[in-house]
Amino acid sequence: MATITITIKLFAHFRNGRFKEAAQRLDPGADCRQVILGLGFRLSEMGIVMVNGQHAPLDQPLNEGDTLALFPLVGGG
Amino acid sequence: MNKILRVNMHDLTTSIEALPPEWAGLGGRALTSAIVAKEVPPTCHALGPDNKLVFAPGLLSGTAASNSGRLSAGAKSPLTGGIKECNVGGTAAQMLARLRINALIVEGTPKGDGWYSLRVSKDGVAIQEEAGLLGLGNFAVIDALQSLLGKKTGVIAIGPAGEMKLTSANISVKDPSGKIRSLGRGGLGAVMGSKRIKFLSIDDEGAPGIQIADPEKFKSASRIFTKALMDHPVSGQGLPTYGTNVLVNILHEAGGLPTRNFTYGQFDGHEQICGETMHDTIVARGGKPRHGCHAGCVIQCSQVYNDKDGQYLTSGFEYETIWGLGANCCISTLDDIALADNIMDDLGLDSIETAVAFGVAMEAGILPWGDGKEVVRILREEIGRGTALGRVIGSGAGAVGRTYGVTRVPTVKNQAIPAYDPRSVKGIGITYCTSPMGADHTAGYTIATNILNVGGQVDPLKKDGQVELSRNLQIATAAIDSTGMCIFIAFPALDIPECLPALIDMLNARFGAQLTGDDVVGLGKRILKTERAFNLAAGMTAADDRLPEFFRTDPVAPHQAVWDFTNEEIDAFWNF
Ligand code: SF4
Repeated sequence: MATITITIKLFAHFRNGRFKEAAQRLDPGADCRQVILGLGFRLSEMGIVMVNGQHAPLDQPLNEGDTLALFPLVGGG
Repeated sequence: MNKILRVNMHDLTTSIEALPPEWAGLGGRALTSAIVAKEVPPTCHALGPDNKLVFAPGLLSGTAASNSGRLSAGAKSPLTGGIKECNVGGTAAQMLARLRINALIVEGTPKGDGWYSLRVSKDGVAIQEEAGLLGLGNFAVIDALQSLLGKKTGVIAIGPAGEMKLTSANISVKDPSGKIRSLGRGGLGAVMGSKRIKFLSIDDEGAPGIQIADPEKFKSASRIFTKALMDHPVSGQGLPTYGTNVLVNILHEAGGLPTRNFTYGQFDGHEQICGETMHDTIVARGGKPRHGCHAGCVIQCSQVYNDKDGQYLTSGFEYETIWGLGANCCISTLDDIALADNIMDDLGLDSIETAVAFGVAMEAGILPWGDGKEVVRILREEIGRGTALGRVIGSGAGAVGRTYGVTRVPTVKNQAIPAYDPRSVKGIGITYCTSPMGADHTAGYTIATNILNVGGQVDPLKKDGQVELSRNLQIATAAIDSTGMCIFIAFPALDIPECLPALIDMLNARFGAQLTGDDVVGLGKRILKTERAFNLAAGMTAADDRLPEFFRTDPVAPHQAVWDFTNEEIDAFWNF
């Protein structure tokens, strides 16, 4: 089965010791939760999860070319 | 005695009045808006003798409650033509509260050309003639007053922009480190300038202090409240580490970061100006990533930003300013933005109104997009010296648009729209439309729920639930603005069940009152309705509760979103 490639973007302290932006290959049908856990995060650390600039539930499946952005709970202006 | 100080600049007289019973139990925004609504004729000229400038500390200011040291100022706004309340940190609110001054009302305008200052102390308020500090920037005024009156003196001042009565002029309040926090929006600095008051100094020597009706109950409620603030990830961790500027990347990602005068929703240079980069820069240059705008703030969203030689460049460097000159004017050099922020503080200019005015000026071709050096030059040499161009830009985004024939002018009630695109974050558009203050994100910060997942989740791109969200937040905000609390306590208040009851318990313990949650909501509703009634009497109509046309006609990338609320849907906001 062919793999898909997505872009992962991390923000705020999620970047510490990890990366800002990276490409990742996934099996088709992988969802946000799998990627998050695969990066070593706990689900309770997640503030905002966006796929292609829109808020996404954890079980949203990812497609070829998607951008997954992960933010801790931060913010306020 | 709880008292009101009144200053009449026409007769140059002052008086001390007992707090009238109708205003008992009011503070902050509730009190400034009640006074302006009762005493200012809505149709008066905002810079004429009939307008009044009112200062009031919040209900809990001066107590040991965390984050309670905010000061409200109110008047008729020369920018919007409606009622205005701004609030600010700094040291003044706590000093006024300890002096048991519920409000200071400045009325009338002087007959001659002279300038004055006010001296507030335990004996009341005195008017003094002022000449030496005229024309000086806020930093020089604060330095001079600190060496004259001592480090502890409170200062509320206007810079050259206020002296020129520019409608972007703000009022500056000294913070605990001798720098500046601003009563930013709506041109209140011009109102103070129209009364020819360069500054107020406050001396709280011998102040009687705060009397707490039930000190034990207050202490335990205050402990619960502080714990909630520290426990919530936004107020306990996010804001102290990255400040408000962490929002650059979030709004960029969500497609709600207004770019190139609200043409796009994302900015290519976002990584250069974002909170993460700013945090690393501050640390590398020996600045302070966290800093409080008043004693008693446990969140400390503010910071001290140094230049590359490690010298102070600016503080209180907020997302809205960085967005305004950054994405909105396409400037991707944080140092240029920081220098401009410092100059705006010194001149006494609202950094949101001014940044948006620059965006419109760039669209008009007055200066190139992204030219931070030219922004700095115009601030210093045009606005600072009061040239014709400087006065146009210093009069705000609407003035620049009208003068140069620009149609893309992001304002509501002539006040510049801040840092969140209402097409792709629709809840905030309802707040911009309906807030009696004009376009003001703090009046009902739907970003919390639309974007940050605080207080639930309402999809930012859909219309569903936005009017209700904005209404609930505006009601709560009006009440919080009356307590002296910083609005950032709303993050824990929305998520942690003990937080709001603890706040109400503190109010009850402070005043020996029996307020319930419903009473607080009722207070918020009354404030909004009072403010709206003032605006209607001043000549505004439902047609003023609208976004500019281009938000309907020009889709914003990347979501190609447009503003698609009907007038009826917007007007339903007021059904409460
Ligand atoms: S959180 Fe920020 S704005 Fe609020 S009181 Fe503290 S420093 Fe001031």
